[in-house]
Amino acid sequence: MNTEQPQPRPASHTRIVRRLVLVAVAMFGFGFALWPLYSVFCDLTGFGGRGIQVAESGQQLQKSDRQVKIRFDATVNSGLPWLFQAKQKTATVSLGEMSEAFYLAMNNSAEPMAGRAIYNVTPPEASLYFVKTECFCFTEQVLQANESREMPVYYFIQPDLPDHIKEITLSYTFFRDKNQSAEALAAFGDSNPAEVSGSR
Amino acid sequence: MSIEHTHGHDHESHAAHDDHHDHKPTGFLNRWLFTTNHKDIGTLYLVFALLMFFTGGAMAMVIRAELFMPGLQLVEPDFFNQMTTMHALIMVFGAVMPAWVGFANWMIPMMIGAPDMALPRMNNWSFWILPFAFAMLLSTLLMDSGGPAAGWTLYPPLSLQGGQSFAFVVFAVHMMGISSIMGSINVIATILNMRAPGMSLLKMPLFVWTWLITAFLLIAVMPVLAGAVTMLLTDHFFGTSFFNAAGGGDPVMFQHIFWFFGHPEVYIMILPAFGVVSEIIPTFARKPLFGYTAMVYATASIAFLSFIVWAHHMFTVGMPLTGELYFMYATMLIAVPTGVKVFNWVSTMWQGSMTFETPMLFAIGFVVLFTIGGLSGLMLAITAADLQYHDTYFVVAHFHYVLVPGSVFALMAGAYYWLPKWTGHMYSEKWGKIHFWISAISVNILFFPQHYLGLAGMPRRIPDYSTQFADFNMISSIGGFIFGASQLIFVGVILHCVYKSREAASGRVWEGARGLEWILSSPPPYHSFNTPPVIDATTVAHAGEAH
Repeated sequence: MNTEQPQPRPASHTRIVRRLVLVAVAMFGFGFALWPLYSVFCDLTGFGGRGIQVAESGQQLQKSDRQVKIRFDATVNSGLPWLFQAKQKTATVSLGEMSEAFYLAMNNSAEPMAGRAIYNVTPPEASLYFVKTECFCFTEQVLQANESREMPVYYFIQPDLPDHIKEITLSYTFFRDKNQSAEALAAFGDSNPAEVSGSR
Repeated sequence: MSIEHTHGHDHESHAAHDDHHDHKPTGFLNRWLFTTNHKDIGTLYLVFALLMFFTGGAMAMVIRAELFMPGLQLVEPDFFNQMTTMHALIMVFGAVMPAWVGFANWMIPMMIGAPDMALPRMNNWSFWILPFAFAMLLSTLLMDSGGPAAGWTLYPPLSLQGGQSFAFVVFAVHMMGISSIMGSINVIATILNMRAPGMSLLKMPLFVWTWLITAFLLIAVMPVLAGAVTMLLTDHFFGTSFFNAAGGGDPVMFQHIFWFFGHPEVYIMILPAFGVVSEIIPTFARKPLFGYTAMVYATASIAFLSFIVWAHHMFTVGMPLTGELYFMYATMLIAVPTGVKVFNWVSTMWQGSMTFETPMLFAIGFVVLFTIGGLSGLMLAITAADLQYHDTYFVVAHFHYVLVPGSVFALMAGAYYWLPKWTGHMYSEKWGKIHFWISAISVNILFFPQHYLGLAGMPRRIPDYSTQFADFNMISSIGGFIFGASQLIFVGVILHCVYKSREAASGRVWEGARGLEWILSSPPPYHSFNTPPVIDATTVAHAGEAH
């Protein structure tokens, strides 16, 4: 207050403060920019095991003699009272060979419920070579009370999979989608999964 | 509050010096609430940090008391988790960081020959935000949903499962961030614009250099933390899915963003400690600092490297091999500039005429014990080994070694070193030494056994443990109680020095002290260096080293 310095201030304080505030604001923005940057980075490199390729229609399959072992893993988030398991623990597939795997989901509760499966591939770099042509994780899944359903995945492994990868684990976690009202869920037909466009 | 001491001895040591500059505002509110004086604000910061040190320390005592024996004795597990979380938040943001800002306020203008900080009113604001921020943070303990209990790193999804009080935590962190950023802007503007004529950058004391670099780190990473907790806030209350896997987000991304802040943050807490120790060791070894320029460049290198090693905190999330190797080697690279620093401190002492007053004891204790913490950090950097150490008491032992006998010992060294300068009185050397020896011994009893606990697999942040960990935990708790109690000696020494000590300190205070703060009287006049001092070999420590 009244203890202000008699010393004249160098005029450049304003300039330096303006620059530093700008840096701070830019870094705040950078924190948020990390979110899209991270997604792009993971999609390109496979870091995080989410780089799964979705096949384009009419893609040519080049079969190879090399085989890899695929392990299937299933988890349910505690917020969703479903039973969810892989019908087969492992499979051995040839590279480039179209294969299918089945999961089984069962709604243990007395009300209809929507779930969404989030996938992950280990080792992460294998996700770049893991191509799914059809998957229950592409859309939201609705199960009526006590309904159970077999859920298929159609996939193949690209033949240029790096040599050091001998085993691949495909993991799904089912989360509850709470955005759907009970009426909307009940209106879903048994074999009519909602066509909700996935975010990724 | 113990902050009225400067009234008591206006008439003493500096009556003849700068008397017309020594008019302090009258009235308690004018003096402390509205102050724009860097010395007053420095005192406020230091007193606040000491209060928070004891608040966080009390929580540590609860933790160690619960861990004294296996089984649940004293507190509920959820309250235990709140204690570990709050202990960390308060010690990091409430004790260590404000204490360093307090030192910066007091010492930087005097060390570079400036009359005050560049932006005195903003300086007042940066301090007075803090009591409100911590009142908000602490108030969560009284709320229905309790305080934050997911660890100070606030990892989702666990941190998002807390109750409504989470919003208070987020806004408290925002306020601490704003305070730190304003303080840093002030420090940078002061150092770059207000040095006395002739005080070139490479003549500045190392404490000023380390704080300049620290301030840049703060401006770069505190906003990133603010962004991360804002995303947590919107995930918790507004239905966004930044970190929610079900909605397409990724909880691991929070860890990346958090540690992009968090790793520079640990250097924010330790770089000013390097600076203080680099001031104290030359004084009591009566030799100039060995390798001044190397120290400056080493500090800058450490600061740069801190931005590119963050993922070594999260080796267990599942990273490609190339990523693990990169973060392992980049982390180990930090040992090089840090090793330069330790080497230079030891070389400064080599063949010096050393005496062992309390500040020097704490500084040497810092060098030895911080190095132990640095070496356990190297062990943690080894990716393959980290999979075993991760989230165990080995990590707890590591970061407490660098923070307690590291950063906190340097704070105490600095407090003893400059206390006679600030108050104009000598503290009790006898009680200072007693404080050092009890602290130095008990801190090792407290943290050294935790290495063994961690190697044996005891997880951190758990209120109960398997019986094979019982003995080391009991030893650790006993060390903790002694260490906690011995800090009361520190308070006693300060109060005695401020109010009771009759032994006047000279301006120089320490025979070997060099630097502009020592050409002022003790205590310094309320407004110092209104006329810039002369910079030459008789007044500054590094005058001969300008290249």
